[in-house]
Amino acid sequence: MIPASFDYHAPKTLAEAIGLLSKYPGDAKVLSGGQSLLPLLKLRLGSAGHLVDINRVPGLEYIKEEGGFLKIGGRTRESALERSDLVKARYPILTDTAAVIADPIVRNLATVGGNLAHGDPANDHPATMLALRAQVVATGPKGERVIPIGEFFTDLFTTALAPDEILTEIRIPAPQPRTGGAYVKLERKVGDFATAGAAAQVTLGKGGEIARAGIGLTNAGLTPVQADAAEKFLQGKRPDAATIAEAARLAAQSADPSADRRGSVEYKVEMARVLTARALKKAVARAEGA
Amino acid sequence: MSTHRIKVTVNGAAHDAEVESRLLLVHLLRENLRLTGTHIGCDTTHCGACTVLLDGTPVKSCTVLAVQADGREVMTVEGLEKDGKLDPIQEGFWEEHGLQCGYCTPGMMMTSFALLKTNANPSEGDIRQAISGNLCRCTGYVNIVKSVQSAAAKARG
Repeated sequence: MIPASFDYHAPKTLAEAIGLLSKYPGDAKVLSGGQSLLPLLKLRLGSAGHLVDINRVPGLEYIKEEGGFLKIGGRTRESALERSDLVKARYPILTDTAAVIADPIVRNLATVGGNLAHGDPANDHPATMLALRAQVVATGPKGERVIPIGEFFTDLFTTALAPDEILTEIRIPAPQPRTGGAYVKLERKVGDFATAGAAAQVTLGKGGEIARAGIGLTNAGLTPVQADAAEKFLQGKRPDAATIAEAARLAAQSADPSADRRGSVEYKVEMARVLTARALKKAVARAEGA
Repeated sequence: MSTHRIKVTVNGAAHDAEVESRLLLVHLLRENLRLTGTHIGCDTTHCGACTVLLDGTPVKSCTVLAVQADGREVMTVEGLEKDGKLDPIQEGFWEEHGLQCGYCTPGMMMTSFALLKTNANPSEGDIRQAISGNLCRCTGYVNIVKSVQSAAAKARG
């Protein structure tokens, strides 16, 4: 399959890349890892007059802790996130997530920023970033602005990014003591989108009660879902089996999936419940060990 | 439509090409350079038949633009053999019967070749994980895993 014709640009600086996006408003797409964009163009489900390839722009791939945040450069490859010892030790929920995105070859090119900016509710990072209360840094002609992840996903394949903005960084609050997180995904085979997926991040208080919980769901609606009711319910409660079961039930009520070859609506909602319980259990165990 | 002059090194040989923006790397290799060892399978980034190494890293060449390879090094299955001598990974697939129809084999070998560069003694789990983006629909994975293990043992000497 061959995409429809487009013009290709390979800017050497971020300013040049943003300049190109501004020059062709609405008709230019950012080419980061290309592992979602190129299939889309090949299948002719999408089109663009101009591709702005940011792969030759320096300084967009890094993973570092700084100023109370884990900062991930927008073009950081999923394979780099998966291999990072810092991430494994301090943010295992991100290692969980990276390891189940597409397949290892795709992850060599696929980027964390692209996984979010694509705005696909079937992608895996959105749920995790919702659970982590991440922030997204968008860089445009007027400079940088920070968007809370809760305001980032506005509709199906649509985000708060303006056409002339590039997602340059993801910021994740550094974990408090006794914090743990986990991401679990049900997929038919390696490389498939999630039938359902759940991300949970939990901070325990001094008495062992849940001080804060974040829960995100994959492929459970037109946009990635934050399970607000379940999060609120968990606050101040001891993370015993009954509490986790009730939180999972509430989380499943936030899911509004559509039926496809991966299953019926009823099945997917039930899987959202089961996976939320598993993610919470794993997150609590990690928090207790942290 | 825009075209670009690119310079790509493929299996050690420098090539100049005039390419359309939308030309995929796999088509540059197969049609412009006549290196048909790299196969096109699913064309949707699932099967891994088109896997080549881009600056040493396995990528699916149906999901990379040819113009993106400008100034970079590509290695295809044709680059494995050196001076008439097969690479250990090729010997492994031959001796352990790692193929029947051979369609997935070039991609399997490129992914495995890259794995052995970073992990000289991979476990069965390491191998299965590494090739999880390469689909085989006839031989089955048992002999493919054996082939990679055999190649690893040979390369270690």
